Amino acid sequence: MYAYDELDRTIINERVEEFRDQVKRRLSGELTEDEFKMLRLQNGVYLQLHAYMFRVAIPYGTLSSEQLRRLAHVARKYDRGYGHFTTRQNIQFNWIKLAELPDALADLAEVGIHAMQTSGNNTRNVTSDQWAGVAPGEIEDPRIWSELLRQYTTLHPEFSFLPRKFKFAITASDHDRAAIKVHDIGLRLYKNEAGETGFEVLVGGGLGRTPFIGKTIKPFVHGHDLLSYVEAILRVYNQYGRRDNIYKARIKILVHELGIEKFAREVEEEWLQMRDSALAIDDSVIKDIRSRFTYPVYQKLPHMPDELKQAAHDPHFEAWRRNSVAPHKAPGYAIVTLSLKPVGGPPGDATADQMDAIADLADRYSFGEIRVGHEQNLALPHVARRDLPALWKALDRIGVATPNVNLVSDIIACPGLDYCSLANARSIPIAQELTRRFADHDTASLIGRLHINISGCINACGHHHVGHIGILGVEKNGEEFYQITIGGRADENAEVGTLIGPAVPYGDVADVIEDIVEAYLALRARPDELFVDTVKRLGVEPFKERVYATR
Amino acid sequence: MPLVKGGKITTDPLVHVADDAELPGEGAILISATRFLGDAEALSWRAGELGVVWPNNRDLDDLVPHLGRLAAVALVFPSFRDGRAYSQARLLRERHGYRGELRATGQVLRDQFVFMLRAGFDAFEVRKEADAEAFAATVKRYSVFYQPTGDGRITALHRRMQLRHSESAGQ
Repeated sequence: MYAYDELDRTIINERVEEFRDQVKRRLSGELTEDEFKMLRLQNGVYLQLHAYMFRVAIPYGTLSSEQLRRLAHVARKYDRGYGHFTTRQNIQFNWIKLAELPDALADLAEVGIHAMQTSGNNTRNVTSDQWAGVAPGEIEDPRIWSELLRQYTTLHPEFSFLPRKFKFAITASDHDRAAIKVHDIGLRLYKNEAGETGFEVLVGGGLGRTPFIGKTIKPFVHGHDLLSYVEAILRVYNQYGRRDNIYKARIKILVHELGIEKFAREVEEEWLQMRDSALAIDDSVIKDIRSRFTYPVYQKLPHMPDELKQAAHDPHFEAWRRNSVAPHKAPGYAIVTLSLKPVGGPPGDATADQMDAIADLADRYSFGEIRVGHEQNLALPHVARRDLPALWKALDRIGVATPNVNLVSDIIACPGLDYCSLANARSIPIAQELTRRFADHDTASLIGRLHINISGCINACGHHHVGHIGILGVEKNGEEFYQITIGGRADENAEVGTLIGPAVPYGDVADVIEDIVEAYLALRARPDELFVDTVKRLGVEPFKERVYATR
Repeated sequence: MPLVKGGKITTDPLVHVADDAELPGEGAILISATRFLGDAEALSWRAGELGVVWPNNRDLDDLVPHLGRLAAVALVFPSFRDGRAYSQARLLRERHGYRGELRATGQVLRDQFVFMLRAGFDAFEVRKEADAEAFAATVKRYSVFYQPTGDGRITALHRRMQLRHSESAGQ
């Protein structure tokens, strides 16, 4: 956990007071809606179909139990008793009242949470691996650097009015859980041959209307140079990114139009003029940030305690353990994923009561720490393996122990037309129907790892392009239709999926997905050939034939 | 439109001269980049201070050779959402060592003042009277800053370092 100091607290308190004044000026008419819009967006406030929506940042996906309890409090006091975890380590509240927002922000500020820059054309919440600091084999904790970037990007005087939004993601593991290749800047931490910590820097990834996989702009940027290099990228983008067309304003379009080589040269030229500026990070700064992260003191515990041996006789426990429990860097401990994808439920939602209960369980079993992943699930990062049976029972009681993590019903979905003013089609009911179709755990296990991603419009908040199966809602003559892509992925081998054919109507989507999955089961070379690998090997044709033969 | 300079509302000493208007024989003027570059030689002999309005999509390289004889550079915010002039301002101050007046023009609103000051602006053509009047109070909104810029404000990172040093010195 990172502990805010007085300076961090001062900034967010000053931000709350500034926003309180802005809301007051809006309510009195002193600010026009046009003027206020950007200011509220920069504080995470959208105007949606039914009400204001409020998006709160969970930097690099780390929460303390106290912070989670405060999110529950906000859900209860200012909203309708629940929140929605997003694909970018944020939480959204859908029914907030404008006049109450400053108070909600003040309540959150007390525990070091804010909503700064969770929307608007500025740098957004810096995201990272939800297993940061606990994953076996990780090079070092990427959150140190995430926090450095969080501070650097917060209220940046030069880059608060960029051509368009700008997202960072960082990973320090071989397996990329942070989807860095679909971010404006993706950072892969590694050590070079001299043993120095630095980053492979990727730029220009992003989804939306024109999906691109990020390209490597520089294979190694030393940790000391991270901020100056990032500033050079942002400065080139701020000056040359397109502002004439909102759909062409992301950095991915600039990188695409200039070509990565030319863009890289522009950045290099800018960077060489400032790499030795005040942005150079010396080791004492890194040490200071690191010193404010606290880590649990792990006990020496057995890998296979008696509690676990006994519980292994319970098939329900075993199903959950095999699915939701991952290895931890410390012997005797585990990382536990909490599925927010119950059968028939909206993906990523948690009630205030669930949040409170999870906070209590985190105190009891996970050193008071909770993580949020881009797959819209939560995790308890430091659970002693002997506690797994007891924890499972408690999680099951509150409905967050569905053993479907990474399986076909672990669906990523945006809020869609049920909430969002941009959407063309509903996402949540499609997800709910699919979770019912694939509710049988044995079938889902047989299918294996399969990510379904659903977006209710081309803006792609549900990351449909990089779902193994992607579902995109479109509108045709006033009706909801859905385009289906397959073969996408968001990890270290990120790829944009391929369209299998014409869009299908709302009522057919679940049948089509079942057809695709059945085709996969028939086509896969071995039981452990994953869906994406079968698509990679065979292409989309056999799936297309199966889906459209009878339609 | 009120001008804020030195933290106060003040009378604009620069006469804004349109491209098709005749230049006054003397006195301080503010003219467009096009007019300035079109006649830089003749203008250099003119008595009176000279300010230039520099568009936010024009390369600063064309301006830099002339900085030494300019009393003011006005950078433009066609809309407050268009942040290109923040980069231009920092480059003029921090890379090219420009010390004359750096003026923000266009849609300049209260909620940008702190960013603008940090980027190096020291004069503001403010859109609304009420915002101009609120200048002094508004710029005190923030007391902690995360990023180093050329405005000399000490960053949070360095304050922490200083604090650590003084703590360890006291032990």
